[in-house]
Amino acid sequence: MIWANQLIQGVLLGGYYALLACGLSFMFGVMRIINLAHGSLAVVAAYLLYVVAERWEIHPLIGLVAVVPVMALFGWVLHRLVLERSARAGELVPILSTFGLAIVLDNSLFDRFGADTRSLAPYIDTLGYDSWTLPGDIILGKLPLLTLAVAVALLVGLHLLLARTALGRRIRAAAQDPDTAQLVGINARAVYAASTAIAMMTVAVAGAFMAMRATFDPYTGPQQLIFAFEAVVIGGAGSLWGTLVGGIVLGVAQSVGAQIHPQGFLIAGHVVFLVVLLARLYFAHGIRHVFRALRTRLA
Amino acid sequence: MSLLRIHGLEARHGLLSAVRGIDLEIAEGERLALVGANGAGKTTLLRTLAGIHPVSAGQIVFDGVDITALSAHQRCAAGIALVPEGRRLFPAMTVEENLLVARSAGRGGSWQVDSVLEAFPQLKPKLKALASDLSGGQQQATAIGRALMTNPRLLLLDEVSLGLSPRAVQAVYDSLRTLLETRTTIILVEQDLQRTFDVADRIVCMLEGAIVAEGRAGEMSREQVMGYYFGNRPASTTRQVTTQ
Repeated sequence: MIWANQLIQGVLLGGYYALLACGLSFMFGVMRIINLAHGSLAVVAAYLLYVVAERWEIHPLIGLVAVVPVMALFGWVLHRLVLERSARAGELVPILSTFGLAIVLDNSLFDRFGADTRSLAPYIDTLGYDSWTLPGDIILGKLPLLTLAVAVALLVGLHLLLARTALGRRIRAAAQDPDTAQLVGINARAVYAASTAIAMMTVAVAGAFMAMRATFDPYTGPQQLIFAFEAVVIGGAGSLWGTLVGGIVLGVAQSVGAQIHPQGFLIAGHVVFLVVLLARLYFAHGIRHVFRALRTRLA
Repeated sequence: MSLLRIHGLEARHGLLSAVRGIDLEIAEGERLALVGANGAGKTTLLRTLAGIHPVSAGQIVFDGVDITALSAHQRCAAGIALVPEGRRLFPAMTVEENLLVARSAGRGGSWQVDSVLEAFPQLKPKLKALASDLSGGQQQATAIGRALMTNPRLLLLDEVSLGLSPRAVQAVYDSLRTLLETRTTIILVEQDLQRTFDVADRIVCMLEGAIVAEGRAGEMSREQVMGYYFGNRPASTTRQVTTQ
């Protein structure tokens, strides 16, 4: 039963990683931009929520009502001032510019808030440690379960936005062929700016859950970026549902690794990431061929 | 009054001058065909008019408004739509989505999904199919339908028969007849001279980026056009354009 419990804890942890990664995946899927400031931006959102909670004693989830629009606006400005200009100079330049942005954000936070670790856990009453115990000593934490539910809801929301709305169709068209999108009247610049704003909204939510479940400091961002990046690569870059699968695979690997050895938590996650990455590099064509053959046979 | 006036238009591919000193006027409802060999600058001219190729020099006036500096999506909103060479559909979107995305982003008007399906009945059973799963003819019909969904006043058709079987070409041109009845202004680039003569009111011959001759379709013979096509300059009754 220990293994079953670890598996379930892994799935719940995967929900957090999926939540963290969906903005990164969304931006890559739409604009082919790898945002290395993703983790730092989540920490910025966490600090904003912390300021709101500390000053007005507002529950962080209610604080999101104010922080999500602020992050969306930040995303719009970020695209217009940084991403759009750097993307014009080539695919690699946005990686450099977002790397630089991450350094600026981390150090600005350090300058403003110092090195003290903080958490939003004191502002969420007992939600941080409340849980249900199921038969077989399987523990379901309320916050991890809420995190997974929010991750799934966010991914469903993004999926519906892309599949069912006019904005979603414009985003997909611009993602597939920006020149042709312009030919049918789509302002690709505005669509990309809107996509960055949407990604930043998801980052705000991810930052809230990061800060509610653990402590954070100005330099927490890069660690969060690594987890998000691994989830995106495992699940398939740009695929929203793949991000959920990638997050869960990473979470389960870490959870199982921790059960095997105390040091195994991070190592197991990184090993799974590397194995999937190498498999994608070397066997991607073969795997696609197998799936295509299966699909043809089933059809 | 002219719907489109082009004055001294130039466009380049790097150091190469692809379109040189083009002066052209097109009246509302006119159907103009651009003919010329590969590399004559026909496609570059259409792409420049649509706004996805930069103008090096000159002026484009559409419906009395200078649109030279406008981007492609702004020109689409003004009423110019291009059916690009090679179709350029959004492959991971369905036929319906390809049509709807143009509807939501383009101008308002009479063209709807239903009217496009009426014009291109071959798309009806494929409405929910991915664009990448269509045959060449169905893809071309979708590309034309998508352009129509922006409700253009000027439709630019670039090589609509390219790479299609004769049957598929026939189906596309049969469907285009509905479009021709609406008197939408059209600039057509087509390699098939017979179809060009069937569709166009006026024919413009291009050679090495410049206009070398133009005339009413009824006044030009197939042989004359073929002469210009291959770079000869046969004596003719049509207006010959002197280029620098």
